[in-house]
Amino acid sequence: MIHKYKFKDQYIVIDVNSGAIHIVSEIVYDILDFYQEDRDEIVANLSHKYDEANILEALDEIEALVKEEMLFTEDSQVSMHILEERDAVIKAMCLHVAHDCNMKCKYCFGDTGAFEGERSLLSLETGKKAIDFLLKNSGSRRNLEIDFFGGEPLLNFDVVKELVAYGEKAQEDYGKNIRFTITTNGLLLDDEKIEFINSHMVNVILSIDGRPHVNDNMRKTVNGKGTYDLIHKNYINLVNKRKGTYYVRGTFTRNNLDFSEDVKHLVDNGFKSVSVEPVVTDPSYDYALKEEDLDTIFKEYERLADLYLDYYNSGKEFDFFHFKVDLTQGPCVIKRVSGCGAGTEYIAVTPNGDIYPCHQFVGNETFKLGNIADDVFDNRLYGTFNRTNIYSKEECKKCWAKFYCSGGCHANAYHMNNDMLIPYKLGCEMEKKRLECAIGIQAKLS
Amino acid sequence: MKNIKTIAKPTLKNGCGECQTS
Repeated sequence: MIHKYKFKDQYIVIDVNSGAIHIVSEIVYDILDFYQEDRDEIVANLSHKYDEANILEALDEIEALVKEEMLFTEDSQVSMHILEERDAVIKAMCLHVAHDCNMKCKYCFGDTGAFEGERSLLSLETGKKAIDFLLKNSGSRRNLEIDFFGGEPLLNFDVVKELVAYGEKAQEDYGKNIRFTITTNGLLLDDEKIEFINSHMVNVILSIDGRPHVNDNMRKTVNGKGTYDLIHKNYINLVNKRKGTYYVRGTFTRNNLDFSEDVKHLVDNGFKSVSVEPVVTDPSYDYALKEEDLDTIFKEYERLADLYLDYYNSGKEFDFFHFKVDLTQGPCVIKRVSGCGAGTEYIAVTPNGDIYPCHQFVGNETFKLGNIADDVFDNRLYGTFNRTNIYSKEECKKCWAKFYCSGGCHANAYHMNNDMLIPYKLGCEMEKKRLECAIGIQAKLS
Repeated sequence: MKNIKTIAKPTLKNGCGECQTS
C-alpha cells in the first residue's frame, strides 16, 4: 500500500508498510497510478505526456525501490498473539484529583468537572492508595506516569504536593521512575504553585484557546466571565521560569475555523509549544464540527503549515503538537499497532478510587473496572481493549495513516459510533490531513 | 536517483512499554 499526495510544489509518496517516504518527480508520481500494469501499458498510458526513455528510466528507479522494500512493501503484520501475550501491567495513571472546577467551559467533556457525578476532591489517603496501586500493578515497567487531572487540579493542590512527595519516595522502594504531569486552567496559578510545578512536573499542559475573543467565548468563569486576561499572564509567568517541556493547549470549534490565527496569536504572545485541537462533542451542538466543514479545516491546516514554515525560516520556530512526527524512527511497531494503551496499560482513577479505562470514559458505569480499594484488580475489559487495534478495525486496515495514528481514540469511536471498532470519521479525516502537512513540512525542510 | 529522493528510511521492520502514553 502506498499513499501519494502533493504538498505545495512537492510530490510525496509514503510506503505505508515500511514507513519509507520519498519525494518524487511528476513522472514517477504519474507512473504510480499505473504501476500494477506491465511496462508497455504504462508507456502507452503516459506517452502523451512524457518521452518513452524518461518513463522507462523512472520505472527502473521505482523497481529498484520495490526490490529494496521501500515501495509497495507487504505488511509484515504483527501477529495478534504477540499483543495478547503481553503482560497485563499498568504503567500510566490519570489521577483525577478534583471532580470540581472553577471554570465553566462550554465544550467540557467532564461535565464542567463533575463527570456526571458528585463534585468532590481526592483525599490524600485515596491518592496514596492510587500511587501504591500503580506501583504494585506495574510489573516490570520501570518508567511510570501519573497525570494530575480534573476538573481543575489546582483546587486540590496541597494534596497534589503531598502525593508527589509520596510518589518520589515510594518509587525508590520499587525501583521505578514516576513522571508527574499536570493539566490546569491557570486561574489559580501563583508563584508558589509555579515553582512547585516547574520543579516536579516533567510536562505541564496550560489550557487556553488562542485569541482573547475565541478563548472567552468558550472558556468562562463560573460567573460567565471571560478568562483570557486572568490566565495569560499566569502562563507567561510559568513559561518564562520553566526549563522543561510544556504545551499551551486549545480547542477549536465551528466558531473559529480560522484556528491558524489562534496558533499564531499564541506563538506571537509568548509560547513556543502549542497545541490547538478539534473539539469532539455532541453533533447537535452549534459549535460542533461537521463534515461540511472539512474543506475549510483542511485549508486551515495548510495555512498553518505555511505559518510554520514561514516562522521556521525566519528564526521564529515553534512546536505544533499535531505536526510532530518522527520520520527517523518513531515508536516501535508494537506500540503503533496497539495505540494509546487505554484500558490495558493506562487507567484513570476518580476521587473515590473508581478505575476507568481512561479519562474520557470516567462517569460511564459500563466502563468502570473496579476500585483501588479492591483486594484484587481484575480488569474485565483488558481483552476488549487489547483486541481493539488497527488490525481489528476494518476502516483502519485499509487506511494509509494507520501506523501514525494507531487507530485513533477509543473513546471518540465509542461516543460517536457506540462501537470502539468503528473510528470517528471526522477525526480520521482531520488526522490524515495533519499527517500530510506534518510530513510535507519535513519534506520541505529536508 | 534522478527522480526519487528518499527522506525517510523504513522504520517499521523492528514492545518494551517504556515509552510515554500516546
